[in-house]
Amino acid sequence: MQIHKHDAIIIGAGGAGLMAALYASKGGADVAVVSKLYPTRSHTGTAQGGIGAALGNLDDDKPIYHTYDTIKGGDYLTDQHAAKILAENAVDAVIELEHMGLPFDRTSAKRISQRRFGGHTREFGKELVRRACHAADRTGHMILQTLYQQCIKNQVAFFDEFQVVDMIIVDGVCAGVVAIELGTGEFHIFHGKANFFATGGWGRCWSVTSNAHALTGDGAAIALRRGVPMQDMEFFQFHPTGIYRMGILITEGVRGEGGVLINDRGERFMERYAPSAKDLASRDVVSRAIYLETRAGRSIKNRGYVHLDIRPQTVNRYFAEEGKDRSDFIDGATIERKLPDILDFCRTYLGVDPVHEPMPVQPTAHYAMGGIPTNVEAEVVIDAAGTVMPGAFAAGETACVSVHGANRLGTNSLVDLVVFGRRGGMRMADYVKGVDWTPLPKDAGGEIQAEFERIRNGSGKSRPGELRAKMQQTMMDNVGVFRTQETLQQGIDDLAELRERFYTDLRIDDKSRVFNTDLMEAWELGCLLDLADVTARAAIDRKESRGAHSREDFQQRDDENYLAHSLARHDGNWSAPSIQTSFDKKVDLSLWEAEIAQGIADDQQKFRPKERVY
Amino acid sequence: MDVTFKIRRRNPDVPAQQKPYWQEFTLSDVEPTDRVLELLHRIKWEQDGSLSLRRSCAHGVCGSDAMRINGVNRLACKILVRDLGEKIQVEPILGLPVIKDLIVDMEPFFDHYKQVMPYFVNDEPLPADGRERLQTQSDRERFDDSTKCILCACCTTACPSFWANEQYVGPAAIVQAHRFVFDTRDQAGAERLDVLGEPNGVWRCRTIFNCTPACPRDIEVTKAIGEVKLAIRKGTTVGIIQPDAIH
Repeated sequence: MQIHKHDAIIIGAGGAGLMAALYASKGGADVAVVSKLYPTRSHTGTAQGGIGAALGNLDDDKPIYHTYDTIKGGDYLTDQHAAKILAENAVDAVIELEHMGLPFDRTSAKRISQRRFGGHTREFGKELVRRACHAADRTGHMILQTLYQQCIKNQVAFFDEFQVVDMIIVDGVCAGVVAIELGTGEFHIFHGKANFFATGGWGRCWSVTSNAHALTGDGAAIALRRGVPMQDMEFFQFHPTGIYRMGILITEGVRGEGGVLINDRGERFMERYAPSAKDLASRDVVSRAIYLETRAGRSIKNRGYVHLDIRPQTVNRYFAEEGKDRSDFIDGATIERKLPDILDFCRTYLGVDPVHEPMPVQPTAHYAMGGIPTNVEAEVVIDAAGTVMPGAFAAGETACVSVHGANRLGTNSLVDLVVFGRRGGMRMADYVKGVDWTPLPKDAGGEIQAEFERIRNGSGKSRPGELRAKMQQTMMDNVGVFRTQETLQQGIDDLAELRERFYTDLRIDDKSRVFNTDLMEAWELGCLLDLADVTARAAIDRKESRGAHSREDFQQRDDENYLAHSLARHDGNWSAPSIQTSFDKKVDLSLWEAEIAQGIADDQQKFRPKERVY
Repeated sequence: MDVTFKIRRRNPDVPAQQKPYWQEFTLSDVEPTDRVLELLHRIKWEQDGSLSLRRSCAHGVCGSDAMRINGVNRLACKILVRDLGEKIQVEPILGLPVIKDLIVDMEPFFDHYKQVMPYFVNDEPLPADGRERLQTQSDRERFDDSTKCILCACCTTACPSFWANEQYVGPAAIVQAHRFVFDTRDQAGAERLDVLGEPNGVWRCRTIFNCTPACPRDIEVTKAIGEVKLAIRKGTTVGIIQPDAIH
């Protein structure tokens, strides 16, 4: 096996990975980025609407308001000190992106333009604020391109189309990772002092998802199998507006520009569920509302979808009702300019022109709030006390800092990956200067090689495609927006059966070495099955409703018993693991505690967990 | 409806499949609104797992699945059956070495991309107030079209000049250069124009216009190349893209 030695190994080349690579290399570390996709294919590039930062270019805004919105949006499971860092660093990070050349849209005063987004307010919920900095509706594309360009400029080493499949842990220290070079099928070892997981989410566990095919949770699954607990896995966000049946994302920016959700009776139903924020309530609230409308028989033609309407006549009618100035009114040209990709998606895939017709939308599996637990320096932590695993780092969707708590606010995914990618990069640059190399064990990579041979030589009857489709269906039916003990148990049972077939009855067709995508997809399915299982088990053990986790049999939030992060552990038995969850990791409530220490009266405290109203 | 696929295949690992060959697959229950990518997945997942292709986002944004479909470069995830009919022919994009089935070697393409300094350069001190650099809305608009490029290679591998001469940087690299050349904040425009003024730069373009209809992002590629040519001839980027004539 070829061995590559670099101070810092970055696994994944999306926003978090490239940000970490850039800042680690600027800090003097020798960096290698190992990615299963060409960097510009990463899923960061599909983020549309914007990146939140309290620049105040159009409305009065402060990082503390962004902090408050993030904590409230997360239904108080958000770690408060982490949210404060997120909001404060967001301002610097966005300005730095602009300095790197990112072509943000501009205001008439030549500054970065900002738009409204769900749950983003000023003065602690007083009114919606324009905070999302945007480049048309392809903000993520521009972030990804800009970061990749800067990595080229800084001569960062890339190993494109190398897929990481295992991590090497020696006496509790992460000493590197094992990867397959897709073009040859050969195994390589990447020996690193610092190993940074930025491998994204696992939305492909569900059948209707906005996520790329590549989002199979590789990094999280690898870490889980090697003893890193997964935090808050029960919280998976369904974005309210995916294209009907296809799941392709329609940005919240459509509603930010005035678009409204309409049911079969022509009602703007969000007025009932969120009287103040209406269509721009947080995503969990809007997704539930769509399901409730559907159950009440009010989805369009009773088919489980609703209309998202950005037609100028509709938007301007509601703007007029709300007393907005005529200068805010929109026309077809505004939509063409601000939402070109959305128009393109609808025209291409639906034959619908949103300037003249409403878009059919339904909730789509979108974002993992949970994942590999880290501290605010992006160091991986392995227990409730915050013990660090030396040499292991993570950021972005695959990580759980936790800034998103039980529900992420729109734009905060991009904020998360630039802020914590950057912090992690800086931290690694320091870290690698102060530690020695951990020698590699003799048998490094042996176990995972054997696992790949098992998959390659499988002569059973179960194709990966069939198992994956069944997993996605049971997750959609049983571990979706609404959950009960019964559905979750059904999900767990189904997943156990699928895993058994995966380990005893698998067959693939392609036995060759070069670009064996059949083999890689089968291995990825194993990752998805593990993460789906952990999600269902954490969900069955959290007997309350909070944020994106809605238990119909436990409808109230229960702060007494569950104002805590879940940690799910895998016992290391790959084919038949035992998964244990615990709820003993405390939520950081430091901002609230500071208010108490200052003697602020209960009803004046901004950061006290309270009922969420939008 | 039933749809017949004819797919150009090769596998360098299997002696009998090293030379390219055609293989047919038939799918039933196909909807007119199905994407070609979904159907290639159905073939892979239901009939022959060895069919190899790149793909990721499945909605035309990541640029992984450029292929030649019924003779035209497309993203498989952005072309629907209703636009193609019941017989669909799929082969790898032309002009890059084929590795396996629909997967080509993208390294020459990315090498050309890197030749044009595809990154922002501005060594002036940052604004003293610690804030963003300023740019007018119309200055931002001038290079908007070229920021949409996803590096899928549909344009470059549709270009006869590139087929004839693989040293030609190709339309995609020129679009990437355009994005910086016409950005008022960038300072390396002259260096980029020098690179593109070389024999294998923009002058290899014979204005055949294959690139523009090939672009799945609707970038006016040929127009962008023309603007770069004019900037080289005039020795300046000023006055080439008029704000009232923005694409």
